[in-house]
Amino acid sequence: MVLPETRTRQNRDTSPRGEGKKRWSTTIVLLLCSTTVLFPFYVAFSMAFKTGEQAVDGEAFTLPSPWSVEGFVQAWALTDYPRAFAVSVFITAVAVTGTVLASAMASYAISRNWDRKFFRWSFYYLLSAMFLPFPVLALSQVKLTGMAGLANPAGVALLHVMFQLSFSTLLFTAFLRSLPHELEESARMDGASTWFTFWRIVFPLMAPMSATVAIFAFLKSWNDFMMPSMIIEDSSLQTLPVIQEVFQTQFSNNYHVSFASYLMAMAPAVIAYVISQRWVMSGLTQGAVK
Amino acid sequence: MATTVERGAPPDAGTRDRPPPRKRSRRVDRTYHLFLVPVLILFSVCITLPAAMGIFYSFTDSIGFGEYEFVGLNNYLVLFSDPAILSVYGFTLGFALCTVVLVNVVALGLALGLTGRIRARVTLRTVFVLPMVVSGIIIAFVFQFVFSHTIPAAGQALGIGPLEESILADPDLAWISIVLVTAWQAMPQALLIYIAGLMTVPQDVYEAAGIDGASAWNRLRHITLPLISGFVLINVIIGFKDFLAAYEIILGLTDGGPGTATRSVTMAIFAGFEDGDYAYQMANSTVFFLITLAIALVQLRLTRGRTGG
Repeated sequence: MVLPETRTRQNRDTSPRGEGKKRWSTTIVLLLCSTTVLFPFYVAFSMAFKTGEQAVDGEAFTLPSPWSVEGFVQAWALTDYPRAFAVSVFITAVAVTGTVLASAMASYAISRNWDRKFFRWSFYYLLSAMFLPFPVLALSQVKLTGMAGLANPAGVALLHVMFQLSFSTLLFTAFLRSLPHELEESARMDGASTWFTFWRIVFPLMAPMSATVAIFAFLKSWNDFMMPSMIIEDSSLQTLPVIQEVFQTQFSNNYHVSFASYLMAMAPAVIAYVISQRWVMSGLTQGAVK
Repeated sequence: MATTVERGAPPDAGTRDRPPPRKRSRRVDRTYHLFLVPVLILFSVCITLPAAMGIFYSFTDSIGFGEYEFVGLNNYLVLFSDPAILSVYGFTLGFALCTVVLVNVVALGLALGLTGRIRARVTLRTVFVLPMVVSGIIIAFVFQFVFSHTIPAAGQALGIGPLEESILADPDLAWISIVLVTAWQAMPQALLIYIAGLMTVPQDVYEAAGIDGASAWNRLRHITLPLISGFVLINVIIGFKDFLAAYEIILGLTDGGPGTATRSVTMAIFAGFEDGDYAYQMANSTVFFLITLAIALVQLRLTRGRTGG
């Protein structure tokens, strides 16, 4: 009953000339609201391209004149951007891959053995961490990673995977429940092992949900500040967000340098998002509604 | 083939040798254990063990390293009468409540706009979700500059007295900046949930209401809101849980100051190593966890009926 109606509505909304006029008034109100979202980016942008003398009074409304990349050059060297970027990419890549693989395998095992106590309880066990905030575990985890020789980016990546497990397992098991079993069954009839069935048939079918899980894992990992700042001992192996702290203490008056650095730290995620926004949006919505 | 392999394997879970009428009653393929058990072990070491450690140390007088003694419930008893802790909880709860209200009002308003008949829908939606993809600490640093430089400068230029001073330096008002910036960043998630929620509202309900001449406000109050109440509930609970653990944005904006005016529970816990009251903050963490857990259980109970669809 609900579904067809929803579809009609979406059709009308997306069609350029549906029934009823598009409202300019609402559009204008929304455009005005969007300036609130864009304002901090404008401030960062206008400050970052100023020269040292222009930036020193902290005035952010006027655009730079002349435009200067001095801030970027200094920030690049000061934060050792390539290294911080590499550390962030390493942590995020491991965290995203690990989250997708670990939670996909665990979810498959759980959902195909739901009638077994062990698997059912494992599900609730993994889920229980969904509401366990990192601060509660932080100090103990700092101790443990220190003892295990994991007070480094690899340890952070591992913890990122562990913290994403609950949510990702929830998404994957819900998805697997809706996946038709016929393909799997016929593969098994042909003598395929569980291992083969999963990697060749089920995992590829899970791709849409893997994308959603990956997007959430990416955002959490790439933007995380708390965990790397507490876990990683060697400050030369810090991530992009953590390294920005240097501008709060040592270089607090070089606004053009700090904002250039903020922009460079935000840019990869923002650019990736803008390029793939349709895809990301549907992934985020799927995750949000579950 | 799979069946033969399983039969050949040594029986470790009792005697299920009768020929299976259905796949379900067979013994579990080892591969499933291979998929699940390593994850469970890692999870136990990385999540469960630290949680247990925290609870264990909360009954001691440990300072984070070296020797310690058991002090029973002492940490907890002190906790509930410690004005510093009580003020931290007071701030965090008040801040979380204000932010939840603000986020939901703004996100619902924007969701109504974005699902209406508008132009540039995709562009607008892209812009409004943007805060979700940037790092909280960096955006807090940017806003810190805005609150301490840009707004006072504008206030002076325009002669608006109250804006001339930085809001971050005022112990009574600094919390407002934290609410605003947290809401700024948390809004997209609520927005996406509301957009998805509004998509489930059948259009003919509005058409019927339109014929009856219902005003926009009445349509929202009597038709839309009741129909998406489940989504409102989810947003309120998720938001509340997230805001209780607020840390990065506060760190970037005020660092808990001026004084301790904007110190959150998380900040107090993190200070446990430096201040040498590790065990005490572990007791604090445990209480904090129980509060979050209570919220989680309420959420599970209230949303249970919804997950089936």
